[in-house]
Amino acid sequence: MIRRTAIGALAVLVVVALVWMLAAIAPRLPVRSSPAAASQPAAATPAGPERKIKATLYYVSEDGLSLPGVQREVPFADSIAEQARRIIEAQLTDPPAPYGSPVPAGTPLRSLFIGQRGEAFVDLGGDVRTKHPGGALGELFTVYAIVNSLTVNLPAITRVQILIDGKEVDTLAGHVDLRHPLQKNLKWTELQTETDK
Amino acid sequence: MSSRRFCSAAAALLIALLHSASAAQPPASAAPYTVLSRDGRRPLAARIMSGQEMFALDDLARLFNVVVREDTAAGGLTVTAGTETIALSPGQSLASLNGRLISLPAPPLREGRTWYVPVDFVGRALGPALGGHVELRKPSRLILVGDIRAPRIVGRMETLGSLARLTLDIAPATPHTVTQEGTKLTVRFEADMLDAALPATASPDLVANVRPGDLPASIAIDLGPRFASFRTTDTPGDRGGARLVIDVMAQTTDAQPQPTTPPPPEGPPLIDLAPSGTLRAIVIDAGHGGAEDGARGASGALEKQITLSVARRLKAALEGRLGLRVILTRDADATVGLDERAALANNNKADLFVSLHVNASPRAGTAGAEVFYLSLDEYGDAAERVAHADSDLLPVFGGGTRDIELILWDMAQARYIKESAALAQSIEASLRQRVPMSARAIQQAPFRVLVGANMPAVLVEMGFITNPAQEKQLQSDEFQNLVVQALVESISRFRDARSSTRLTGAR
Repeated sequence: MIRRTAIGALAVLVVVALVWMLAAIAPRLPVRSSPAAASQPAAATPAGPERKIKATLYYVSEDGLSLPGVQREVPFADSIAEQARRIIEAQLTDPPAPYGSPVPAGTPLRSLFIGQRGEAFVDLGGDVRTKHPGGALGELFTVYAIVNSLTVNLPAITRVQILIDGKEVDTLAGHVDLRHPLQKNLKWTELQTETDK
Repeated sequence: MSSRRFCSAAAALLIALLHSASAAQPPASAAPYTVLSRDGRRPLAARIMSGQEMFALDDLARLFNVVVREDTAAGGLTVTAGTETIALSPGQSLASLNGRLISLPAPPLREGRTWYVPVDFVGRALGPALGGHVELRKPSRLILVGDIRAPRIVGRMETLGSLARLTLDIAPATPHTVTQEGTKLTVRFEADMLDAALPATASPDLVANVRPGDLPASIAIDLGPRFASFRTTDTPGDRGGARLVIDVMAQTTDAQPQPTTPPPPEGPPLIDLAPSGTLRAIVIDAGHGGAEDGARGASGALEKQITLSVARRLKAALEGRLGLRVILTRDADATVGLDERAALANNNKADLFVSLHVNASPRAGTAGAEVFYLSLDEYGDAAERVAHADSDLLPVFGGGTRDIELILWDMAQARYIKESAALAQSIEASLRQRVPMSARAIQQAPFRVLVGANMPAVLVEMGFITNPAQEKQLQSDEFQNLVVQALVESISRFRDARSSTRLTGAR
């Protein structure tokens, strides 16, 4: 009984602490207020304007040889972990024309949590492996689309480790070493960042 | 700080929330590990459970003086070492220590009343909790506790005319002496024990046997009947290590009309007779295989079939034309782990490791071959230390020092990046004359199969199977033979360049 009460109290404290921590970090995010009503009426949701941020997401170029960054709008979130989740969810959706998706279509994000040293653990569903077309370059693009979309947009996140179905994995498709959290790596992005629309 | 406590509580809570039970499978036993400390050596049983090597927490509690508690209400496990507590949760491949999440290769598993944790738990969680003086050395199945000095020594032996040369690569560099006592040479190291892989003798009339010495950290060389004298040469080895070369020389004064040609060693012919004899064995790795198809083309071609076909052709060509000993990581449609592939090369003391692959892209138009070697950036400080360790002696708990480079044996490739880059360039140049190349023909990436290779290592992507024209090419005899020609030419060139630098470097 006492233990259960203690756990309950701890849970409340944890939630309060998390909100406090995340609120302290969140203002650093490049927040963009809702679009002006006159210019984009269709974008507004009935429940009120939704806050968005601009984030750089990573897609496969037309020649298939690079992974350029593309500016897209991502829903704003109050906490760093939640913002990270929104960014990965956006990265997992269909790419804008004319780009290709570096991640197999339909790959779900199971969970995402952030360690004290700024490592993000991105837990993807097994589809990312079973539906992966293979190939070293394709695997590098999948991995670095995830790693870069977090590390580039959220400076608080320094390294990213990809988990599959809740487990640490050696590799995704037999090449890239996923046993350690990986740092940002822009060598496949080529130089310029392009903008959609 | 209170935020730290909040974080650890948050981590524990997250773990508890994400809890999901995984079915334990009946364990299979694996070879035991040996725990080495000032108190001596003790065995530590390991078991294979769900494909992972695991230790029983009770064994760890006994050996490392830690307390294991199971919290049945919260469904968690805690391991307390002094003032530090590690939290574990069934179903989660994570541990938490001081609010820091530590990733594990598998969740803890229960069998009966005993809990098991992956062996990596010792190096990643228990070591830091105990103050960092526990080191897990998987390839040698050793756990070093405290300031135990156990340099890793890899020996190889060769016959050069009338002398037998024993080369010992020592990591980290460790002071040593070589003395002759009667018909025996003794190499003594300033260490507590040796983690040594010693070769069989190559010329029994000069060196009868190379074996562990009678003292704990020594190697004995039993001399043969033709022994006359010996000389030793110490050189700095690949970064952080040292190389000791012991030449055992035969009598040349007495009546031996012609030094008889050394009997050919067993097995396939070696390149011994060629002047450029520094490259002997090469491991060719046919990518994927068995359950892992690798990439697949639109008309159904499989990467694993193409890589195996090219690997077999390459083996025949290297053996026939260059006289190299060639070992394939697989010679059938078999599933082979990435660790096993590098381990095969390390255990066979191969001089080169070439992994063959076929690329894939979401874009059908993408085409061309690419050559990869390991990138170290992704491994952060750890790789830097392996690559540039000039015997970085760090103080350790309990007094004494320890070379930090020891800890990272599973990143052996860090020492060979320059040679791997040179090999990649040589291969790229030869491929370019024969097959289409990608716009990024040489690249670096954190590839799992390369990082553990203790020799120059590259990964060759022969072309894109997702490109319909290349899919046809990759399956054709003509294209496969062009790739083989390019690899034979470049490996031959690499061998010549390497042996000439070795020769000039030795003088």
